[in-house]
Amino acid sequence: MWHRSASFILDKNQNDTVYPADSVTLTPPPPSSISTPQNPNPNLNRNMSMSAYYQTRAAHHGVVTSDWLAQSQEAATRAVATGGQEIVDGGKSGRAFSVIDEFNNWRKQPDLAEAVAAIRALAAVIRNSEAKTMMELEIELKKASDSLKSWDTTSISLTAGCDLFMRYVTRTSALEYEDFNSARSRLIERAEKFGEISYKARKIIAMLSQDFIFDGCTILVHGFSRVVMEVLKMAAQNKKLFRVLCTEGRPDRSGLRLANELAKLDVPVKLLIDSAVAYTMDEVDMVFVGADGVVESGGIINMMGTYQIALVAHSMNKPVYVAAESYKFARLYPLDQKDMGPALRPIDFGVPIPSKVEVETSARDYTPPQYLTLLFTDLGVLTPSVVSDELIQLYL
Amino acid sequence: MDARRVSQVVPKVRQVGFVTHSDPNPPPQASRTQSVPIESNSGTPYDSPDFSPVMIPPPRHHSENLSHLRSAAVAVPESSSRRPMWDDRVAVVGSYNPGNSLLGQPVSPNSSEVNSEASTTLGWFGRNSSGKFSAGSSFPGGGFDLTTVKMENFTQLEGKKPEAVPERGGGAAVEVHNEVSSSTAKAKTTKAERRAMQEAQRAAKAATKGKGGGGGVEVNNRESSSNTLKAKTTKAERRETQEAQRAAKAAGKAQGNKPVAAAGGAGPSNILRQPSQNRDDPAVGSTIAGSDRRGGDRPPERERKKDVPPPRMQFDDQGRVNKSKKRAVFNQPEAKNRVELFRHLPQYEHGSQLTDLESKFLELDSMHPAVYKVGVQYLAGDVTGGNARCIAMLRAFQEVINDYSTPPGKTLVRDLTAKISSYVSFLIECRPLSMSMGNAIRFQKSRIAKLPLTLSETEAKAALCNDIDRFINEKIILADKVIVRHAATKVRDGDVLLTYGSSCVVEMILLYAHELGKQFRVVVVDSRPKHEGQALLRRLLAKGLSCTYTHINAVSYIMHEVTRVFLGASSVLSNGTTYSRVGTACVAMVAHAFRVPVLICCEAYKFHERVQLDSICSNELGDSNDIARVPGRPDVNSMDNRTNEKNLQFLNLMYDATPSEYVSMIITDYGMIPPTSVPVIVREYRREYLLI
Repeated sequence: MWHRSASFILDKNQNDTVYPADSVTLTPPPPSSISTPQNPNPNLNRNMSMSAYYQTRAAHHGVVTSDWLAQSQEAATRAVATGGQEIVDGGKSGRAFSVIDEFNNWRKQPDLAEAVAAIRALAAVIRNSEAKTMMELEIELKKASDSLKSWDTTSISLTAGCDLFMRYVTRTSALEYEDFNSARSRLIERAEKFGEISYKARKIIAMLSQDFIFDGCTILVHGFSRVVMEVLKMAAQNKKLFRVLCTEGRPDRSGLRLANELAKLDVPVKLLIDSAVAYTMDEVDMVFVGADGVVESGGIINMMGTYQIALVAHSMNKPVYVAAESYKFARLYPLDQKDMGPALRPIDFGVPIPSKVEVETSARDYTPPQYLTLLFTDLGVLTPSVVSDELIQLYL
Repeated sequence: MDARRVSQVVPKVRQVGFVTHSDPNPPPQASRTQSVPIESNSGTPYDSPDFSPVMIPPPRHHSENLSHLRSAAVAVPESSSRRPMWDDRVAVVGSYNPGNSLLGQPVSPNSSEVNSEASTTLGWFGRNSSGKFSAGSSFPGGGFDLTTVKMENFTQLEGKKPEAVPERGGGAAVEVHNEVSSSTAKAKTTKAERRAMQEAQRAAKAATKGKGGGGGVEVNNRESSSNTLKAKTTKAERRETQEAQRAAKAAGKAQGNKPVAAAGGAGPSNILRQPSQNRDDPAVGSTIAGSDRRGGDRPPERERKKDVPPPRMQFDDQGRVNKSKKRAVFNQPEAKNRVELFRHLPQYEHGSQLTDLESKFLELDSMHPAVYKVGVQYLAGDVTGGNARCIAMLRAFQEVINDYSTPPGKTLVRDLTAKISSYVSFLIECRPLSMSMGNAIRFQKSRIAKLPLTLSETEAKAALCNDIDRFINEKIILADKVIVRHAATKVRDGDVLLTYGSSCVVEMILLYAHELGKQFRVVVVDSRPKHEGQALLRRLLAKGLSCTYTHINAVSYIMHEVTRVFLGASSVLSNGTTYSRVGTACVAMVAHAFRVPVLICCEAYKFHERVQLDSICSNELGDSNDIARVPGRPDVNSMDNRTNEKNLQFLNLMYDATPSEYVSMIITDYGMIPPTSVPVIVREYRREYLLI
């Protein structure tokens, strides 16, 4: 997958490709001493609980309200009290080093995608491993990636990143005829390269999508996606004239942040509440969304509300573009909305909700491929059906 | 991963959809354009000289259906007058057996005990000759002459477009073609060319009849007869031309009687000679093909043929049917009234073949008993279901290989392949092969062809048997297990699963999910006349599943409570079309309309690179009595014993094609994939699967 990537587009525009060198640090950042909620149990099936994936997102680019923080704090302390012990057992018990700690450290870097953090954490496993043979290392890695995956089952890119790396370790023929030490260093090298790829991927995607943004167009975006942000930023830098409509993105109001960032770039932005999508769709030229994960059918799993935006856009014949890095491709195949484990997220309604009222706290939905027009990935611009082809070629 | 990628660096041409092959040296277009002006505005992909693996349904239907409406009164008596001729022919074929002709009377296969005994003893005398015609010399292509069939089909595709021009232009244009074809005949004629030429003449005759009148027919007749005299003809061919002339005369007479119909246009002539369009096509096409062939691009053509799967035999091509009938092991009387649209498929009178085949048991010494047994099982319907049939066939081949010893002066690789081909053609006679069996046979043959020459005979046989074992294990049994695992993850508590007919994989999935303790309910949808669902229902009930049983008529009612539809498949084609038991498409369509996900469970060895857009061009016709008769209901049996009525046609289709948009997911041994990814599996794994 990596050497198929459409990075040639970067080579052509060398001047644009300078990505911040300082952010590609390969040493883990020092573990922060702030009492951030560690090890919240994502499987805690309460209304108040919050999946770790969305916690990261909130920390990175959410607009955090005070009472929301209090809620998650509360949930986390409860989780530590109940489920913390078993996670320690599931991880690296009796060892000073823990993948999950490592992962959490990496995760705090604001610009680092979760999959990359996972791969860096796995690379750290290799670095710290005392294994003498490839087989031993493989088993150790497998354990580590399993514990990572089970630590947060809701994060698709985490699972996909782990799978991708494991796939590289177990199936690469390049490793077979080397001695153990060089194979090990090769794996670490690969892991580091992967981190770079994730930065590069956004640039590639931004480049690829420039052709689709024309002067005078109106773009509807939903939620906050770093890739979409990159796309719009580059379009603004290229002096394209376009208008952006941002949805509010309840409940974490991530649309507000996107609107802020775009306003800084002098892009005309209009904020909508989430329910105004159909109302404004007739003036929209294209819909741009990111993705939490791209599944095998070619559909995407993304923040709640993407599906209905895609439906509205489809019914009005507006193109829906998805920007997603290829490490978000996951071997999942949901048949309908309820076919995946729900990622929960607390919702602040501003008023007390009576206990008898049930609240839908699922944080994301599945958009079937027939409502998507194109996927911009670092492998190129793909139709939804190509996703499965790439996955088959990668994993089988 | 890297290793795989490296192999992909070589750019490959996908043979999917309407992509035509990029030929290094394309066939000369000049001769084509000279003989027939091609309509420039025709943007259809059929025009390309190469034929894509797309099966294009026979084009004659609409025109013929229309003309059928116009002048059905002429058509029916004429076709009935043609029928007896056919029966004559069958009798001739029967007496071809020298054993029978010795007796001096035609021995009908299902005659009395004494007779059959006599024929069998005589069969021992006439062994050599009968053996020759049943399984003898010319079988490498798998039963019928594949190359010529391909050629025919090819020209059919090609000739389709240009053919429209002469028809509009009138008789003169056809005459020109006729001359062209006769000149090719006078130049060196191969057998195939001669036949093509004859067909061309016959078609031309039909066309001139449509336009001109009796005089034109006369001219043509003389011409054709002189031609056939010049070309040294075999007995069979002479008979064919005679018959053609007779038919032409009859047609001319009919024309004289009904001048009004003649004025109507070329329509009636199409009906008079039922497959006339089919003959028309090669008429023009064959001259092109002939000149093409002389153009000297033979080798690439042959290469191209190799990687394109052979099209099926078209059973409305009378000449070919006769030819294959002569080779046939046993006598299959054809059904009388066949539905127009499905004439290209074989349809036999059911019931008599089994006794016929049984009576010939001792005659067929070239047939291995294991293969014979499997054939009889197919014929009697004892072995049904894609996997069961495939396994039975492979096991029979295993026995064949075990008992095989290379005859002196032959090599194992060639002789065994020929033998297997002859067995396959026998099995095809018993029941048309499914596509999965075709894949298995292809695997088998490629294994034989790839045997290293250094192996001794015993080693080679052991290797082949081992290969078959591995195929059955890996591609069928283990694949099923993997599919069951995958599918069970899609069953949730509280689900209502619907299945149609009886698929063994779906049954395994349901039982496995039940074993896992999932709480779900099953709706078994069934249909006449096979009632396969009842057997499934019985087995599910025995395991304690809660079931609902209904017929396909009620599927739209039951669908609103269903949450998943699990269906089996006979084959999945390259465009994602699922080829399955008739009724599947209906169930899938209703499910799609109700937004219920449809999951197709199919092993990857059943994937086929063909692309099919409908279920007409390739299908299987069942016994028409099955749908005519309602067992146990004498009050609704008014249709019984009326299967031979002239203006009544029964259509009992066995399969249908489900378009890919109704399918949410295909579960295979390679995981769960969308229907759009079938070509990827076919492309990526076909080679590996042939290598295993």
